[in-house]
Amino acid sequence: MSKVIVVTSGKGGVGKTTSAAAIGAGLALRGHKTVVIDFDVGLRNLDMIMGCERRVVFDFINVIQGDAKLKQALIKDRRVDTLSILPTSQTRDKDALTQEGVEKVLGELREEFDYIVCDSPAGIERGAQLAMYFADEAIVVTNPEVSSVRDSDRVLGLLNSRTRKAEEDGTIPAHLLLTRYDAKRIESGEMMKVEDVLEILAIPLLGIVPESTAVLRASNTGTPVVHDETSGAGRAYRDAVARLAGDSVEMKIAGDEKPGLFQRLFGRTA
Amino acid sequence: MKVFGFNFGARKSSSADTAKERLQILLAHERGSGAPGPDYLPLLQRDILEAIARHVKVDRDAVDIRMERDADLSSLEINIELPKRAAAR
Repeated sequence: MSKVIVVTSGKGGVGKTTSAAAIGAGLALRGHKTVVIDFDVGLRNLDMIMGCERRVVFDFINVIQGDAKLKQALIKDRRVDTLSILPTSQTRDKDALTQEGVEKVLGELREEFDYIVCDSPAGIERGAQLAMYFADEAIVVTNPEVSSVRDSDRVLGLLNSRTRKAEEDGTIPAHLLLTRYDAKRIESGEMMKVEDVLEILAIPLLGIVPESTAVLRASNTGTPVVHDETSGAGRAYRDAVARLAGDSVEMKIAGDEKPGLFQRLFGRTA
Repeated sequence: MKVFGFNFGARKSSSADTAKERLQILLAHERGSGAPGPDYLPLLQRDILEAIARHVKVDRDAVDIRMERDADLSSLEINIELPKRAAAR
């Protein structure tokens, strides 16, 4: 059975696209047929983060408006053959997304894929609401920082009122993904602890992704960070994906592996 | 600085170079120096199909369009599956 998962946050810059790309790639690496959709119309970025920006021909909006078939707009990932990307339009605006159009495309995708990951735009406007409306589950990406936690709480309110799942069942399963977690700053008391954020938002924890240099390196090269197994962030996403798929994995905060003497001497290319 | 094959200077971050290069290629296309935006593709597809349809009957679903953008050269690959009968003619 297929599952539609929205990756959302309210606040911008917390790591939604990084997380959507990493989780999509992680699910595909486990053998699930997965597609990641960019809902940020006009500010396309998922294609860059997933490294397929030079191969975009048709997009989500072309499909909604009947200018292209879904099959023509889907881009197959070059690293994982069970992964596809549906890019959005860079030239249109949010009004090009319609509820009927989104429903139709998601319906078609459900027939072919096990997981459909919707990368929401920031904010709580039309684009963000359409990204969440048809979701079966939500991943709320939050930084341990006051404005991010506040915005996440607002988004949780929307998830539990303005989604089809909530309209039917009264609630939607939502998971918290804590990103840009900085153990040093938490130790010094500058940053809220995991328990603090969990106490406030009161939803189950999917994973803790540490602040990591690997994330910038991953977006530089267009490789979802989950492929970088030496990085704390990469391993944190793998664990989060395993939990999402139903495995029970101990919650630990992974650090980056220090390169050994050999690696330092001869260097590694990213 | 390179001495006996060892690199002592600050090592250049190669992933940042990759980022710059990817952005330069992408933005050159997006800013599109007078060229039409990517939205011309549906129209192009329609025109090509119309031209072909004047001679053979083709299925709209049997059209596959791929693009590869690069610094010096972009390629557009269009594959159209012709129906059996038409191919035999």
